Amino acid sequence: MLGNYPVGGKFGKYGGKYIPETLAPAIEELETAYNKYKGDNDFQKELSYYLTEYAGRPTPLYFAKNLTKLAGGAKIFLKREDLLHGGAHKTNNTLGQALLAKRMGKKRIIAETGAGQHGVGTAIACAVLGLDAEIYMGSKDVERQKLNVFRMELLGAKVHSVESGSRTLKDAINEAFRDWIANVKTTYYLIGSVVGAHPYPMMVRDFQSVIGREIKQQLQNSMGRLPNAIVACVGGGSNAIGSFYPFLDDSGVELWGVEAGGHGLNSGEHSATLAAGSEGVLHGMLTYLLQDEYGQITETHSISAGLDYSGVGPEHAMLKDVKRAKYATATDDEAVRAFLTLSKLEGIIPALEPSHAVSHAIKLAGKMDKEDIIVVTLSGRGDKDVQVVQDYLNKKGKADRRHARK
Amino acid sequence: MPESRIKAKFEALAKKGEGALICYVVAGYPDIRTSERVIDSLVAGGADMIEIGIPFSDPIADGRTIQAACNYALGKGTRPEDAMRVARNVRKKYPDLPLLFMTYSNILLRTGFEKFMARSKDSGIDGFIIPDMPAEEAQPYIAAASELDLATVFLASPNTSPERLSNIIQSTAGFLYLVSVFGITGARDSFEDYTRDAVKRAKTAANHKIPVAVGFGISTPAHARYMMAAGADAVIVGSAILDKIGTAGGKTDMLRKIEKFAKSMKRACTRN
Repeated sequence: MLGNYPVGGKFGKYGGKYIPETLAPAIEELETAYNKYKGDNDFQKELSYYLTEYAGRPTPLYFAKNLTKLAGGAKIFLKREDLLHGGAHKTNNTLGQALLAKRMGKKRIIAETGAGQHGVGTAIACAVLGLDAEIYMGSKDVERQKLNVFRMELLGAKVHSVESGSRTLKDAINEAFRDWIANVKTTYYLIGSVVGAHPYPMMVRDFQSVIGREIKQQLQNSMGRLPNAIVACVGGGSNAIGSFYPFLDDSGVELWGVEAGGHGLNSGEHSATLAAGSEGVLHGMLTYLLQDEYGQITETHSISAGLDYSGVGPEHAMLKDVKRAKYATATDDEAVRAFLTLSKLEGIIPALEPSHAVSHAIKLAGKMDKEDIIVVTLSGRGDKDVQVVQDYLNKKGKADRRHARK
Repeated sequence: MPESRIKAKFEALAKKGEGALICYVVAGYPDIRTSERVIDSLVAGGADMIEIGIPFSDPIADGRTIQAACNYALGKGTRPEDAMRVARNVRKKYPDLPLLFMTYSNILLRTGFEKFMARSKDSGIDGFIIPDMPAEEAQPYIAAASELDLATVFLASPNTSPERLSNIIQSTAGFLYLVSVFGITGARDSFEDYTRDAVKRAKTAANHKIPVAVGFGISTPAHARYMMAAGADAVIVGSAILDKIGTAGGKTDMLRKIEKFAKSMKRACTRN
C-alpha cells in the first residue's frame, strides 16, 4: 500500500534525515510532538475549527463548463484552493504547523518563501495565533513579488531578504536552516512544502491531504464516482501530494504532476526536477535534484517563483519511480496562455503555479472521453502575478512586433 | 594506512602534552595554487592536520565566510578533482600530515561513495568530515570508508543527547568533531559556559578511546586555550583563516600573516 509510506522516515529510498547534528534533537522533538498530536482529538478539533471558521474550508469543487467546452473532452473540475483564506493552499499547512508549534511551546516561527505565498500563509497563522514570524525570502523573489512582501509586513511578520547563492527559494531554505541551527531551542521552523528532513514531508502532506479528501467526497456527492485523473502543479509538491494522497491506492485514478518547463527542457532553463533531475541530497532529504555532474545544485528558472526550486518532495520521487504518478511539464509560454484562458473563460485569475496544471489539463482533457472527469487543483489565486504577466506580455508584444517587421 | 596517520599524530602530540591544531582551507579559494601555499604557511606555523574543503553550492552548516569562499571558488570553476589535486601536491610534500576532506553529502553521492572515496584516497586523503551526514544515514558511507581504511569523522553538538553521543562515538573514526556552539561556522567573539560543559561531556563519553576536536567559531589563541582547558584534544580553525585570505593585501604578506596566526594558535594548544 503506497499510502503507508513513509516507512522508517523514508519513501522507498527517498527522504531521510540528512541534517547537521545540532538539528537532530529538534527534529526528534518535532517527530514526537507530531505523532502525539496527529491522533489527538483536541488538536484535530482545533485545527478543523480554524480551517472551517477562519480559513473557509471546504473550498468548492467547481465544474468549469467553459474550459471543458474549450478542451473538447473530459469534464474539468477545479478544486478552488485559490478561495482559501490567504489566497492559496498554503494556509492548510501553516495553520496545522503553527498550532503544533504552539502546543510545543515555541513562540518564534521562521519560514522560507519563494513566491511569497507560504510567507503570507505563515504570517497569517502567526498573527491569528499570537506567534512571532520571521520569513526568509531570496532577494530575487523579493524583487519580483513586492506585493507579497508588503502583505507579510502588514500581517506583522519580519521579512529577511537573502543575498546568498542564487537568491531564490533554495537559498531562503538554506538561510532558514542556518537560523534554526543557531536558535534551535526557541524556534520552530515552519517548512512550506513536502520537503526537508523527516517528518516534514509526511507532516506537510498530512496537513495538505484535506484537499484530496474533499475532492473525493465532493465528487462522490455530485457525480457519485471517482475522477479519472487529478492534475496539480509541482514545485516542492505540497498541493499535488495533498491532492494525490487520498487517491494513492485508487489505482484507476491517474495522478499528474506538472512541473515548470520554463523556456523548455532543452534550454536548460527550467525547474523540472523530476523530468530532468537526478538523485541527490539537499535540504535534509534524498530526492531528485537539478544538479551538475559534480553534485553542485544548479539554478532553476520559471516564470512562477513558487515552482522555482531545484529539489522536489521525496514522496513524488518515489511515486515517479514506481510509476504511480506521471510527471509532465508546461513551459512559461504555456502557463501564461492557460492563465489568460482561465481568466477570460471562467472569470478566475489563477496563480501562475497552477496555470501550469491548467495548461496540461486542457491537453489531457482533449484526448479523453466526454464522460471522463479531470480534477485540477487550483492551488492559488493570481493577484500576485498580475504584474509579472503584464511585463511578460509587454516584452512578448515587443518581440512579436520586431519579428513581424523582419 | 591512511586512518593511522591521524592516530599516529594524536599519539605523538599526547606524548608531548600538546593539543592538535587542525586548519581548514577551501580548495580553490582564491585559486588552487594559493590554496596549496596557504597550507604550506599553516604547516610552517605548526598546523598538525589539514582539512581541505571541497566547495558545495548549498553549505547549510556554514556561515558567511565559508559560504563566500565556496561561492568564489565555484565561480572560478573549482571541481572536486581540483581539491584532489591540492591533496596530491600537499601529500607529496608532507608524507605524514593527516589530510581530510570536508564537504557535503551530495558531492560524494553524485559520484558514488566508493568511487569518490577511492579517488580521494589515491590523492592522499586520510578521512572525511561531512556535516549533513548524521550517523543514522551513514551506512553506505561507513561501509565504503572501512573498505578503504578511511576515517569517518562524525559531528556532535552541545545539545546531542547522551544516547546519541554514544552512538556517534561508535561511528566516528579519527576523532570526534564537537561543534562548539548552537550555530553555524564563522569567527565569533566569545563562548559561553555551555560550550565548556559540552567539551567535558564529550571527553567523558569518548573515554580516551577517541580524541575530541572542537570547532566552529574558534578564531583567537584565547579561544584555543579555553577549549584546551576544558579538555579538548584539538581545535579546528577555519573561517578565521579564510578571513585573512580575503582581507590581506599582497600574497606574500597574506601568507606571512597566516603563518604567524597558525603559530599563535599552535602555541595556545600547548598545555602548561
